[in-house]
Amino acid sequence: MKRTVPIVIAAATGFVLIVSSFIPLTEEWGSAAMQWFNILAAIAFVLGGSNLLRMNLQKISDRRLGWGYAAVTLVAFLVTLFVGLFKVGVQPTESFPTYAWAAPYNQEGSFLWWLFEYMYKPLQATMFSLLAFFIASAAFRAFRAKNPEAIALLATAFIVLMGRTYVGGLMREFLPERLEWLSFDAMTNYIMSVFNLAGMRAITIGIALGVASTSLKVLLGVDRSYLGAGDD
Amino acid sequence: MYEFFKTLDRRWIFLLMLIAVGLPILRGWQFPERPSPMVQSVFDAIESLPEGSQVWMAYDYDPGSQGELHPMALAFTRHCALKKLKMYYMTLWPQGPPMIQKNVDVLRNEFPDLQYGVDYVNLGYRPGYEGPIKLAVTDLRKTIAADVDGKSLNDLPMTKGLKNIQNVDLIINVSAGYPGTKEWVLYAATPYNISSVAGCTGVQAPYLYPYVPQQLNGLLGAIKGAAEYEFLLLEAYPQLRENPEAQEALRRMGPQLLAHLVLIALIVIGNVIYFVGRRRGDV
Repeated sequence: MKRTVPIVIAAATGFVLIVSSFIPLTEEWGSAAMQWFNILAAIAFVLGGSNLLRMNLQKISDRRLGWGYAAVTLVAFLVTLFVGLFKVGVQPTESFPTYAWAAPYNQEGSFLWWLFEYMYKPLQATMFSLLAFFIASAAFRAFRAKNPEAIALLATAFIVLMGRTYVGGLMREFLPERLEWLSFDAMTNYIMSVFNLAGMRAITIGIALGVASTSLKVLLGVDRSYLGAGDD
Repeated sequence: MYEFFKTLDRRWIFLLMLIAVGLPILRGWQFPERPSPMVQSVFDAIESLPEGSQVWMAYDYDPGSQGELHPMALAFTRHCALKKLKMYYMTLWPQGPPMIQKNVDVLRNEFPDLQYGVDYVNLGYRPGYEGPIKLAVTDLRKTIAADVDGKSLNDLPMTKGLKNIQNVDLIINVSAGYPGTKEWVLYAATPYNISSVAGCTGVQAPYLYPYVPQQLNGLLGAIKGAAEYEFLLLEAYPQLRENPEAQEALRRMGPQLLAHLVLIALIVIGNVIYFVGRRRGDV
């Protein structure tokens, strides 16, 4: 029963969505299914939050390796949840001056806004920016012209790296019009819109066929791996 | 020299990269751009819209990709505001609302003539990945009943008569991943024949090229695409030259140029060491 009901729900919803895509009369059914999905997606945040609490509390309780990080995660989660839910630091709006909670939770100057602007944003930007340093170090140590494939990759990387800068277009100034295709930016455009496009289109079509066959297996109940392990 | 580079501490590489990125920022170096045909087609798609056209601004990114995507998002906003288009902002990313708010702030500060609810509206975040897209194209109110401040769509002049987004003139999507451009193309632009343009991170661009030009009119790839777009915008609307914030992507091309040159130099040096080492029997 534990497995049969979810399979029936998944199959029924899936087929309704397929049918609603092809038969305009049943479009409304598809909309209803998607509306339920959106409600479930919002509830999934609550489930996700409680799961995060459970996993991290377990880790701290067992004093597992890295339990300190779990404690930091929990504190960050609970503080953010508290200041967001209770709108800490939010000022009443002009429209509703007597209702303290009438303003949005992320109002400028509120505690949640402060957390987002001065903690979350700089931390995320830092993580992203560090890539430049690690890519430089990795390129120096690992990007070697060891075989013909690596040489082709190196040549492409060189052209695209140059083509994505001011220098790429600067070459046109020195080239006669009939040889402008030799400039880095022209070659970059060619690589992206011919070689890359052909490869990506083939991969995309392959993925789409794979997704279609996997989806059919899920809808027909042949593939039940998404339900996890366990008996009926 | 060979020994020096062979045993080069990676902290020297980090320092070199720091200088390459920091110097152009501190000196304010800017370079002219040469717009590619792809960027030109994005610009033309917006420029060709008549005044009052409806544009759905789907901004699906977060602070992690803000450095790469925010300048193009603001450039789209400024372009639409200058063209007096009706802008509907929405995000499918939980961290997206503050990104949209920055765009709304630009409209409030730089275009005080535009009115909220009449010329632009902020519909905020909706959970459910591609789910809200499917509902927005069939029955908008099933996924969005109110704007970001809780005001009913029936009370806003822009949204009062809007049943779904099938009749919008253009979808502009700025995306850092899933859900993003691919989902807007698959579930809105293609099945309902809505014109669409997009801006994405450098990593995503190769995956989205197959959708151009049939399903996407054009695509801005990363900060380079944004810089070319800003260049076109400055050419068409010279009044923006007085606004340094409207040249943010152009400013960021300086660090990109030097960083790419350093990267190429490091790859070349690394390979020279490799071949010398191989000849000496060290590898």
